[in-house]
Amino acid sequence: MDKRLFSQIQPVKLYFWLSIALGGLAGLFLVAQAYFLSQTINDVFLEGQDLDGVSLWLAGLGLVAGLRLLASWGSGAAAHHVSGVVRYGIRDALVAHLFALGPAFSRRESSGELATTLTEGVEALDGYLSEYIPRLALAVLVPVTILLFVIPFDLLSAVVFLLTAPLIPLFMILIGSMAGRITRQRWDTLSRMSAHFLDVLQGLTALKLLGRSQAQVRTIRRISDHFRRSTLEVLRIAFLSALALELLATISVAIIAVEIGLRLLYGGIDFERALFILILAPEFYMPLRALGTSFHAGTEGKAAAERIFTILDAPVTQWGSQPAPAAPFSIAFESVTYRYEGNGHPAVEDVFFAMAPGELVALVGPSGAGKTTLASMLLGFIKPQGGTIRINGVPLADIDPASWRRQVAWVPQHPYLFNTSVLENIRLARPDASIEAVKHAAELAFAAEFIALLPDGYETVIGEHGARLSGGQAQRIALARAFLKDAPVLIMDEATSSLDPAQETLVQQAVARLVEDRTALVITHRLNTAYQADRIVVLAQGRVSQIGTHTVLRAQPGIYRSLVANYTGVEAGA
Amino acid sequence: MTVFLRLLRLIRPFWRGMVLSLVLGAATIGSSVALMGTSAWLIAKAALQPSVAELGIAIVGVRFFGIARGVIRYLERLASHDVTFRLLAQLRVWFYQGVEPLAPARLLAYHSGDLLNRIVTDVENLQNYYLRVIAPPAIAGLTAVGMAIFMAFYDIRLAAIILLGMAAAGIGVPYLTWRLSCGPGRALVSAQSGLKSTLVDNVKGLADILAFGYQDQQQDMNRRSNRDYFDQEQRIARIESLHEALIAFIALMTVVGLLVVAIPRVDGLYLAVVALTTLACFEAFTPLPLAVQHLSSNLASAQRLFDLVDTSPPVEDPPVPAILPPQPRIDVRGLGFRYPAQDQPVLKAIDFRLLPGQRLAIVGPSGAGKSTFLNLLLRFWDYQAGEIQLDGIELKQFRQEDVLARLGVVNQRTYLFNATIRENLLVARPKATEDEILHATRRARIHEFIQSLPQGYETWVGQHGMRLSGGERQRLAIARVLLKDAPFLILDEATANLDADTEQEIMRTIYDTLVDKTMLVVTHRLVGLEAMDEIVVLHDGAIVERGSHATLLATGGLYWQMWEQQNQLIAV
Repeated sequence: MDKRLFSQIQPVKLYFWLSIALGGLAGLFLVAQAYFLSQTINDVFLEGQDLDGVSLWLAGLGLVAGLRLLASWGSGAAAHHVSGVVRYGIRDALVAHLFALGPAFSRRESSGELATTLTEGVEALDGYLSEYIPRLALAVLVPVTILLFVIPFDLLSAVVFLLTAPLIPLFMILIGSMAGRITRQRWDTLSRMSAHFLDVLQGLTALKLLGRSQAQVRTIRRISDHFRRSTLEVLRIAFLSALALELLATISVAIIAVEIGLRLLYGGIDFERALFILILAPEFYMPLRALGTSFHAGTEGKAAAERIFTILDAPVTQWGSQPAPAAPFSIAFESVTYRYEGNGHPAVEDVFFAMAPGELVALVGPSGAGKTTLASMLLGFIKPQGGTIRINGVPLADIDPASWRRQVAWVPQHPYLFNTSVLENIRLARPDASIEAVKHAAELAFAAEFIALLPDGYETVIGEHGARLSGGQAQRIALARAFLKDAPVLIMDEATSSLDPAQETLVQQAVARLVEDRTALVITHRLNTAYQADRIVVLAQGRVSQIGTHTVLRAQPGIYRSLVANYTGVEAGA
Repeated sequence: MTVFLRLLRLIRPFWRGMVLSLVLGAATIGSSVALMGTSAWLIAKAALQPSVAELGIAIVGVRFFGIARGVIRYLERLASHDVTFRLLAQLRVWFYQGVEPLAPARLLAYHSGDLLNRIVTDVENLQNYYLRVIAPPAIAGLTAVGMAIFMAFYDIRLAAIILLGMAAAGIGVPYLTWRLSCGPGRALVSAQSGLKSTLVDNVKGLADILAFGYQDQQQDMNRRSNRDYFDQEQRIARIESLHEALIAFIALMTVVGLLVVAIPRVDGLYLAVVALTTLACFEAFTPLPLAVQHLSSNLASAQRLFDLVDTSPPVEDPPVPAILPPQPRIDVRGLGFRYPAQDQPVLKAIDFRLLPGQRLAIVGPSGAGKSTFLNLLLRFWDYQAGEIQLDGIELKQFRQEDVLARLGVVNQRTYLFNATIRENLLVARPKATEDEILHATRRARIHEFIQSLPQGYETWVGQHGMRLSGGERQRLAIARVLLKDAPFLILDEATANLDADTEQEIMRTIYDTLVDKTMLVVTHRLVGLEAMDEIVVLHDGAIVERGSHATLLATGGLYWQMWEQQNQLIAV
């Protein structure tokens, strides 16, 4: 996992190594700094120099401080550049892969979680890339640099460094595995606690209606207190690890100080060397301690990477590369079967029916009968596991899906409105369409009228952060898209519930217009559409149970008749 | 500034813990400084080769501070986290008490989970107000005072120089980063939200994008916002990388300044002490630029929360509430209502009467004003014209809580808490006995289903009750209403999300078990309305028709039109 995330750095290797090199350089300047400082003090204290005598050392100190500033700044900036480029690339690859996987994948993965991985998940890599990895490198580089200079100066102190230094990474590995578990636990409790709070806020109206909203304060306080106590208990242990690290570092400094102090006393070392080592002592442990604080960022980044790579590794369905045949289209479902992963029963099984060019076929059936699955297959979102769908005799699986979809207009039940203008939302269907063409399509879909009433007309921003459209309005935007696309095949999923009477009539009229002269597969919930259909295919539990016209099916005993009756003739007993 | 002070007031109850953790925080820095100071003194003194006895105290000091720092830091962390968690608990309670009177009328804008989520994040953000905003500058300030006093023992000019250096690191650098990142920071926030909404579009609009062959255009858009975000982020990153490096630089330059002043004036024995303590004390200043960032994000969070909590509640309870009779008659006369900031009234001159034990339905297309009427009856809003009377007393004379105590409501989406089935039932009556619960679930015809679950009544329902079907949730809602045992039942589109079969079963359960209740049914689905004593048809806020199911159908008006349209539908 580490290796794979690390390999993402490949395109910006140069910056990566630059960052490390500059970090190492800053370490060198640090050593020089200690040297100049110890010389200055030594010269004044023991050699009896005055300010003029040490002015050169002091000037050098200023210069080195400036150089160190530049080196560490550059190192930090380069590390952020690496992180930025890598995250840019991962976002790009994720979206491209999602497009290849298609909606069947996002349906399985729950789109909310996918969106979170795409946004927050990718951002979580930043801590790993721009903090954890550089600090990891520096935690090796800086102590080694310091050691290289201390060894010739004073072997005994170098030995103390050498003996204590390996203890720190050793500790950190131990702590890392423990801290990982504990921080995870801690984050779990914290997020459970905020989930509970969110739950209460979302259910506030429900609580109010049940007359329990004021009493809830006590619950919130009790739960918060409980979490505080248990979390502190966990922290009491978790912080012990940090304590151990700190102790090791500061006690080592103290050991060095006492050791060189005593040797000074007996003339075993000279003051300038002793001071040099003492100045470097805390710096020796500093990068190791800094690494300790970014452990959390590191583990979080690794966890995010895991989720990201799972998506990138999801296998893509392979399709043929033939171009779509020419219109008009006849479509045949031949013994088509599909089973969703993890489901016992197939969603559709052995489905047979054919559509002649220009025919309107209505799909009818209770929820879960497999209607949407059939539409998804015809759109090339999923591939039948058994049987074939043929377009003018050519198996759909052999045709390049993009080329086929150019021949298809799709009107979903809940069209997604992008967070952009009405114009752009309709133009999705044909990006090069003129404004006039868009307006014409909107008129055909009976959408022009309400669009004109929006604050900025066609330029009004809709979607998540824009103006809200009602269900009927959103549907007419989807119909306008289909009119604009003007494709020979139409796949439509009608809304399940009725809109208010005025909107309903408009949508019905637009649908009637749209199906004219197209090969159309419509999942319908309306008798009106069923009347018009050349054929009604009734699905039940994934299988075709009846095929025929409305008049014929209405007359037969069967699912169709009971479906129609069920919704209308309700006699609830009083 | 006022937001800053209000936040301070919120954290004031925890001042003891805060003082403790501040003292410990300063003592942590103090031990580092003392460790380096005594060590420097030790070696400088040793270089003069005195007797071992003269070094004795210094050696003890070095050992002591070497251990003290870690221990004190440990205690400081515990103390500051204790404050943080207490603060979080307090913030939650404070915020809840602030918004509880506002629900649901003033929280309509927060219905989307995203906004509510942000609010919760805001609350969470503020828990760090002490730890990340208040503590670092306070500790830095204490450090500055301590160091200045220490330096003044040698020479007052040294104190001046170190204060200057600390001002540069503690005020200058944060100010500089703040100034530099002000503009880019705003640009970054907008680039970030742009990127986020494009990325979310990819996921949620995936089917639409693919079906219309829009991948390439969408990918171009992704790359544009990706690139924009990258550019803005790098600008900020360069500024942020600068500040840590700058503080180390300032620390060293301060040492140089101190030496320049000290060399002619201070005994050479103490030069090392001056230099090493100074290098050590700047540790207190590294978190400051970050504190500035946290401050501005905390202030923004706090502003949002204050704005919400400061909203005046839509209804005020009367100072001396009237006593509500157990089963009142409801009279609605000339009722009119308009939402604030809207020109069009939502309800116009509504009149009807509902006697105890009667059943009344309010129907009409969406947007006709049905839910608005319910919100008025539930005392979520105050009406502007006409009146609603309970047994002849104006609704406004009662406390909202008393009114709600008489009403049992089943609405479209029954809210289930992420808890067990039993807990979800107990919300309706926390002291209900086992028998009462079983009685309610049996009558709601959900007991057998619950028993069939492996964990029975202890089954976790999942977030928002996701693990249950729509019908099961509505039955739980009915059981809740039975447990609450209110004389007056309101069904607000109670079956709108169900398929036709389940809808009928649920309606039958309701009519069978809640036979003695006064009932108000609000719906756009014309199902089972034969059982109503009266049906009122709303359109554009006014009553356009009223009568029984049969008479309304015979009239051939809006009711008939809706009926016809509904009969157009084939089962879903």
